[in-house]
Amino acid sequence: MKTLLKNCRIVGCDYERDKRMDIYVADGVIEKIGENLTVEGVKTLDVGGHAVLPGLIDMHCNICDPGHEYLEDINTVSHSAIRGGFTTITCEPNTQPVIDNKTVVEYIVSKSKENSLVNIYPYGSMSIGCKGEIMAEIGEMHEAGIVGISDGDEFTDSAAFLRNVMKYSKMFDLPVITHCEDRGLSGVGVMNEGYTASCLGLSGMPREAEEIIVARNLILAEHSGARLHITHVSTKGSVQLIREAKKRGVTVTCDTSPHYFLLTEEAIGEYDALAKVNPPLRTREDAEAIIKGIADGTVDVIATGHSPTNLTDKHKEFDNAVYGISSLETTFALCYTHLVATGVISAEKLVEMMSKKPSEILRLYNKGCIAEGKDADLIVVDTKECYRIDPEHFASKAKFSPFAEQEVRGKVLYTMVSGKMLT
Amino acid sequence: MLLTKKDFFGLRDMSAQDIRYILNTAETMKYILNQKNKKSPHLQGKSVIILFYEASARAKLAYELAAQHLSANVVDMTNSIHSIEKESLQDMGQLVDQMGADFIILRHPMAGAPRLLADCVNASVVNAGDGFNENPGQSLLDLLTIKEQKGGFEGLKVAIVGDLLHSRIAKSNIWGLTKMGADVCVSGPPTLLLPDIEKFGVKVYYDAREAVNNADVILTTRMRMETQDKSFLPSLDEYKRLFRVDDSLLRYAKRDTIVMHPGPIQRGIEISARVIDSKRCIINDQIANSVAVRMAILYILSQIGGGMQ
Repeated sequence: MKTLLKNCRIVGCDYERDKRMDIYVADGVIEKIGENLTVEGVKTLDVGGHAVLPGLIDMHCNICDPGHEYLEDINTVSHSAIRGGFTTITCEPNTQPVIDNKTVVEYIVSKSKENSLVNIYPYGSMSIGCKGEIMAEIGEMHEAGIVGISDGDEFTDSAAFLRNVMKYSKMFDLPVITHCEDRGLSGVGVMNEGYTASCLGLSGMPREAEEIIVARNLILAEHSGARLHITHVSTKGSVQLIREAKKRGVTVTCDTSPHYFLLTEEAIGEYDALAKVNPPLRTREDAEAIIKGIADGTVDVIATGHSPTNLTDKHKEFDNAVYGISSLETTFALCYTHLVATGVISAEKLVEMMSKKPSEILRLYNKGCIAEGKDADLIVVDTKECYRIDPEHFASKAKFSPFAEQEVRGKVLYTMVSGKMLT
Repeated sequence: MLLTKKDFFGLRDMSAQDIRYILNTAETMKYILNQKNKKSPHLQGKSVIILFYEASARAKLAYELAAQHLSANVVDMTNSIHSIEKESLQDMGQLVDQMGADFIILRHPMAGAPRLLADCVNASVVNAGDGFNENPGQSLLDLLTIKEQKGGFEGLKVAIVGDLLHSRIAKSNIWGLTKMGADVCVSGPPTLLLPDIEKFGVKVYYDAREAVNNADVILTTRMRMETQDKSFLPSLDEYKRLFRVDDSLLRYAKRDTIVMHPGPIQRGIEISARVIDSKRCIINDQIANSVAVRMAILYILSQIGGGMQ
């Protein structure tokens, strides 16, 4: 399949701003980029001077397939990804069965080829059953195609175990992705500890629960030299710990999600479980610190943290309601609206955080950049179009969002995956 | 009419005016209670469902009696609690609602449950205690008792001593007392104080003597043994040494200070036996007011009108 995209304003990837370029795509690869290209006899699409970005790469996504297909499956998640501008997503290992052996990896890889419109790369669980006790066959999973090893948002109690995983992972140059939460400290908490939780009579998860494990994992990474990636950073203290570690030269990267810097615990209002996520929404002070971390480069990546669930499980007593957020279709527009349009970061920087950096961390060398010879994964975005977030029309099975009804700017017009135009 | 909402969730979202209105109404209700025939027709033809997901003796009794004194039909669903638990709160609410309930008195182990229920029923939902959030009925009877004893709240010094983490009554009392203009001090082991409690507009003292210094009123909380397993406290013995309201602690308070406890009381732990049996301890007045306050709540809500119209 060959396509010629005319009139593209390529964002990032060292192209001059506002220059109109043509991109010629053949057999899933970007064949040529230049001004006024003409190729005979191929499908031509004039994108009308809209922004063309390398396809976004999501480093934190729960797919729920296999095991919880009623919440989300590979097909729906891929449609959701396309709407959100993601051409590549990862799969957290907390599926059922857990991605802790090569058979499950192969299953997901082959099922993705059949049913998914976007690239799906699984993470392998560092331990059997995400239990943090016995190391999974990381080498075999690596051969089968995992791009990182993760704790699947489970707390790894044993520092000794994690230390071994970090050492072992170095053999395969895989990032070790950790969710930082000391379950002993977060206890029965269901939201951020503090005045708001006290007002509502809900049990709190203190910031220490996250920060202690961030600090521990940073120290382990410093000594082992492994590539640590801390996912969904939510507190000011975590940002500061990571900033200091980077200064010392620790090989660490981290991501956060829009709800951690655009919302605060106050989004819970009167027990609204749509804002129940783990780690919990924090305070304005934390949100501001994360934005500062984004601006100064401490935060490397913005991921969706997509964790689908159904509304019945959300409409319960707040303690009983499940954690989760549907965010594949909102993340880019929220970031564009609140980070780029407001001048916190440039559009180029956002592209770096949502495409280039993830491709580097996950060693997806043919992605994350619009250049000749790279995979033809790209998106066309109307950066001027404003619209309201309407969860009812999400492609994801999880049709809810704490951002519902908010006006955002930056609409994904087309998504191209491996040279195939999808919308 | 000051109160306009069909439901009654707690003192957090009430104004001082609302609280005053309920207390005044409760005083009127006490006339009914002092009659030979304790029956008034205010809730005639109305149904009150007692839906308790937690064990309770006194609150349930108070609500039941209150409803019966006002001539309502009362159904207690606590006995069928095992079948209740399998069904979602909303489904249970709708069932009760469709059968024509006008009031649902809900006690639930999770904070916010009354709001969840209220959103899906026409009946008026009365919060009889939700998790560690609020127990407004109990708090209002405390306020009524204080008002009767001290005449008002403005400038009154109230000390709350004990477990301020797991006590929903203490929290309702903090909302209520601060709104009414009282000067509230709290004291308890730091592990048993709500996070950021000072933001509620109270003064915090780890030394009970400082908290009760010059106090007009001392409120105590229940020390629950079941919360002690998480190592909030080394032992009840140590708690007693530091926070028990006894004669030596009362030396710091005003001469006419009153001591209150929501019950059930553990003699000698929260309050010394001598103090419990003294005139200063007015637990019996609290109990006497408990029905009147619930009558006032039901009466006021019936004026606003919930249930099937």
